[in-house]
Amino acid sequence: MSAHNPHDHTLKESCEPIPGYYEIMETAVRELLVEKKLIGAGEIRRQIEVLDSRTPALGAKVVARAWVDAEFKARLLANGRTTCEEFGISFYDDTQLIVLENTDAVHNLIVCTLCSCYPRPVLGLPPDWYKLKPYRARAVKEPRALLAEFGTIIPENVEIRVSDSTAMVRYLVLPQRPEGTEHLDEAQLAALVTRDAMIGVIKASTPTTEASR
Amino acid sequence: MTVAANEVSTTGVVVKAQGEEPVFKAGDAVTISVRFPIGHFRVPNYIRGKRGWVESVIEPPAINNEEEGYGRNAGNKRHYYRVAIPLKELWPHYGGSDNDSLRIEVFETWLERSES
Repeated sequence: MSAHNPHDHTLKESCEPIPGYYEIMETAVRELLVEKKLIGAGEIRRQIEVLDSRTPALGAKVVARAWVDAEFKARLLANGRTTCEEFGISFYDDTQLIVLENTDAVHNLIVCTLCSCYPRPVLGLPPDWYKLKPYRARAVKEPRALLAEFGTIIPENVEIRVSDSTAMVRYLVLPQRPEGTEHLDEAQLAALVTRDAMIGVIKASTPTTEASR
Repeated sequence: MTVAANEVSTTGVVVKAQGEEPVFKAGDAVTISVRFPIGHFRVPNYIRGKRGWVESVIEPPAINNEEEGYGRNAGNKRHYYRVAIPLKELWPHYGGSDNDSLRIEVFETWLERSES
């Protein structure tokens, strides 16, 4: 909502927001497709159900498994899509998945400069900031300054790789397993892996930061 | 050995169609084409004309999604490549490490071989 519009406040309180151009277009196209019997209303509902079932918790489970199982990790890095499928996460679209491992020498960050390509099958819907132009432009132009604003300071001797998803490939960052987590089981490890860590804007939480959240 | 047109090859060797095999391999030096076709192209402007190298070939070959947008799907499968371009190449005044780079998937038709 625009901050300069004095009517925003009253509008919000009195009625539903006025649908935007694309929202109206979406409704019109959807109603036409249903009317022409090209798709059914049930199919749309089902696809929304599919999308709603995808959340960062799925990606976190994949990361935790990779942290505890070296063979799984090797397969995941070799082919992200088939290994996630083997893990029970289906890919309802034609995208491939490349899993990018953060190490002491390399920090990976993902972005889609053209729009909002995102590993939806494993992470669900992207956060709003991921879709906005400042993030999309700055991720490829000044990733270090951008990361610093997320509180992530990458030492100069660590290489930054920014992966721009443009066509058929989606990316998932495999964050580094935090120190002091040797005693944790897979489920406890998964709780340390946030959505933002799998985009690469922050690191995985440590058990202490997790406790103070 | 040559096989006459009306003879069936008995060598058992499969001859692949053009485009089935990737044209580039990991390590090849490439330049992104500078073209501005009309339509929707999945090649951001900021990488056109920039030099980098092929990090890896992305399998399997895929339909050219720029053609697919116009309903033309047949016979246009080629490879995408994961291409690395240094951020210093993209932005001459880039302030970070020389090793920082962009990684981006580019369809075969947009890559030109360049001197390494």
